[in-house]
Amino acid sequence: MSKFRARILVSLRPSVLDPAGEATKTAANQLGIKGLSKLRIGKSIDIDIDALNEEEAKKQIELLSDRLLANPVIEDWSMELLQVV
Amino acid sequence: MTIGIVVFPGSNCDRDVYWATEGCLGMPSRFLWHESTDLSDLEAIVLPGGFSYGDYLRCGAIARFAPVLSSLIEFVNGGGKVLGICNGFQILTELGILPGALTRNNNLHFICDTVPLIVSSKRTEWFKSFEFGERILLPIAHGEGRFQCDPDVLKRLQDDDSIAIRYNENPNGSIFDVAGITNKKGNVLGMMPHPERACDNKIGGVDGKLILQSLLSK
Repeated sequence: MSKFRARILVSLRPSVLDPAGEATKTAANQLGIKGLSKLRIGKSIDIDIDALNEEEAKKQIELLSDRLLANPVIEDWSMELLQVV
Repeated sequence: MTIGIVVFPGSNCDRDVYWATEGCLGMPSRFLWHESTDLSDLEAIVLPGGFSYGDYLRCGAIARFAPVLSSLIEFVNGGGKVLGICNGFQILTELGILPGALTRNNNLHFICDTVPLIVSSKRTEWFKSFEFGERILLPIAHGEGRFQCDPDVLKRLQDDDSIAIRYNENPNGSIFDVAGITNKKGNVLGMMPHPERACDNKIGGVDGKLILQSLLSK
């Protein structure tokens, strides 16, 4: 078994309104931030997982992300996977 | 036959539903702990409002894995009636029993109000006591009630006549003013408004009573 460390990023699909992101963008403008044209809020989930190999780890993380961490109706997800030595 | 009212950790409208179904309507009801799986004595099941499992991750996302809900899928397939109110509606969409998703209100506020709604389908038994297009009044109380689905799903809901009730004045940004939908078979209704809080004239109306009545067939 090897240990893998992954960070899964969950974001609202581009077609879905992100009111929290919009509100934060308004606040950023009030702070005087220049040139900000997009601000969207997502989630970052850090996990450690033991698996035989990278392929197996990816499979498990895909299942986890598709079925639990993200709701595919409104969200997209991506992952960064690292092997922990 | 009996109505089962599911109690998740964090449900907070379970007792209100019991008050309405057993107390106001005299329909036999019992609480159903989220770990129970025996639904054999039940004719209908209510998933009440609240914040199941703290609504962590997404509303209804963790509740979806409760043991009672594996039995619920069989119950629905067998034609049993299921009503999901507010958090219960969110759980039904997470489970995939109903399409779409409930997202953060577009104004970011938790809205607590009594709002006018329009009965927009008479296809199912749930709204048999109302006229098509009838204006009814029900309380809402939610932070994440903006119904969202892609255009194909919306078209399918319209084609199937599955949009049961719509907001008269959209409070949360829901697509097509959707406040409640049914499945194709018609035995499942998910709605953001709270019918259990509208069962006595002393507390603001009885429109909810007429919806809850249809949980049990006469």
